[in-house]
Amino acid sequence: MNERLWNILVDSFPKLLSYGIRVTVPLTILSFSLALVVSLLVALIQYGQVKGLRQVCRFYIWVVRGTPLLVQLYLVFYGLPSVGIVMDAFPAAVVVLGFNEGAYMAETIRGALESVSRGQLEAGYCVGLTFPKIMWHVVLPQAFRTAFPAMSNSMISMLKETSMAATITVMEMFRQAQVINGRVYESLGLYGEVALIYLAFCTFLTWLQHRGEKRLSTYGGNRT
Amino acid sequence: MMLEIENVKKKFGDLTVLNGISLNVEKGDVVAILGPSGSGKTTFLRCLNFLERADAGRMVFEGEPYDLHTATKADIARLRKKTAFVFQNYNLFLNKTALKNVTLGLTAGAGMKKAEAEEIAKAALDKVGMGDRLDSYPSMLSGGQQQRVAIARALASSPEIIYFDEPTSALDPELIGEVLTVMRKLAEEGMTMLVVTHEMEFARNVSNKVLFMEGGDIVESGPSRAFFEHPEQERTREFLRTVLMRQQGETEP
Repeated sequence: MNERLWNILVDSFPKLLSYGIRVTVPLTILSFSLALVVSLLVALIQYGQVKGLRQVCRFYIWVVRGTPLLVQLYLVFYGLPSVGIVMDAFPAAVVVLGFNEGAYMAETIRGALESVSRGQLEAGYCVGLTFPKIMWHVVLPQAFRTAFPAMSNSMISMLKETSMAATITVMEMFRQAQVINGRVYESLGLYGEVALIYLAFCTFLTWLQHRGEKRLSTYGGNRT
Repeated sequence: MMLEIENVKKKFGDLTVLNGISLNVEKGDVVAILGPSGSGKTTFLRCLNFLERADAGRMVFEGEPYDLHTATKADIARLRKKTAFVFQNYNLFLNKTALKNVTLGLTAGAGMKKAEAEEIAKAALDKVGMGDRLDSYPSMLSGGQQQRVAIARALASSPEIIYFDEPTSALDPELIGEVLTVMRKLAEEGMTMLVVTHEMEFARNVSNKVLFMEGGDIVESGPSRAFFEHPEQERTREFLRTVLMRQQGETEP
């Protein structure tokens, strides 16, 4: 490796890492939190068969899963201002990423809820619990265990998808790599470097997932 | 009369499952509900605790009337405070220990303090012989042990009546005895019980009343002794011949 490239990589690394930690990570955490709230609500509405709202949820999932993330980002950031809805780039990215992943995770959670035996619900009713209490104490904890691997997947996808926010001017890690590259023209080196940082972040998340799965397996393996 | 059940009807689509079932239960009665598979006995029991919604039927429970078709959520909640249900496949909360399975209804349901609930739960688990497995999760217990924990869970709320839906049908033969022993003990202590079962020994020796159903109708009902010794209906005699012969066959080498 020539010395110029080496120096570029060494100089850019702390910058990229700093944007990763200051922008990419918070963007992931905020978007994932929004996705978690949205998906939980949507899944519970469908599981509890709440009249009226159920169709709204199916519609939401249909639209979001049926359109590309990139198009959604453009629609919200560049499209909505013409009807008076103006958002800064960062919050717009949080909203789009959150509602996008929320639709996928809603299906994950709904599937996990439905995999919990109906008998758990009946037993809850028979010992005098209300529907929300049964959900909280019995069904959700069991569903969470089932959904956890798929939800970890969602989080890992989301971390990588934050790079799309670069297209709506969010100055996050990938956009920073583009900016530096615009000055020095070392695409292979810089994009390779940024790829490695994403890989490191995702490796950390994978490690968290394994730890989480171990903790969740405390109540035995057999399920009937 | 503690419980009067009148004219319970239920259809699943075109299929009539319950064709007007009535039953009177006195305090301390142990009623065995017998019948071949598909006779509607489980559905009948589930309707009484609103796990199924009957198409029609009335019930007077300790003087309080309930309409089995139109009862409101509040009615159902009030009724369930006085009843308990034991399921064929136990339905223990899989994410809770034996102890928590028993306390959950008391704390989160009835709003009892944790310490008090645990005291009651431990006593109930002791009674069914599970006092040494408080911290075991259901997956670590045998079927018979799980069913005993389920019975402890039923007992903990001090119900007026316990409904048992084929409590031993999912068990390996060698585990049936431990559950029946617990149920016999409860019966001797005067617990009112409605038991859907295939265990003829239990029906004959522990229950004092029998309700024999087939095809959604009552074929014969009355005191157990009379039912087994002088059945009135030809269908009853035929049923008893078949099941008793089969159970004898099972005990012979």
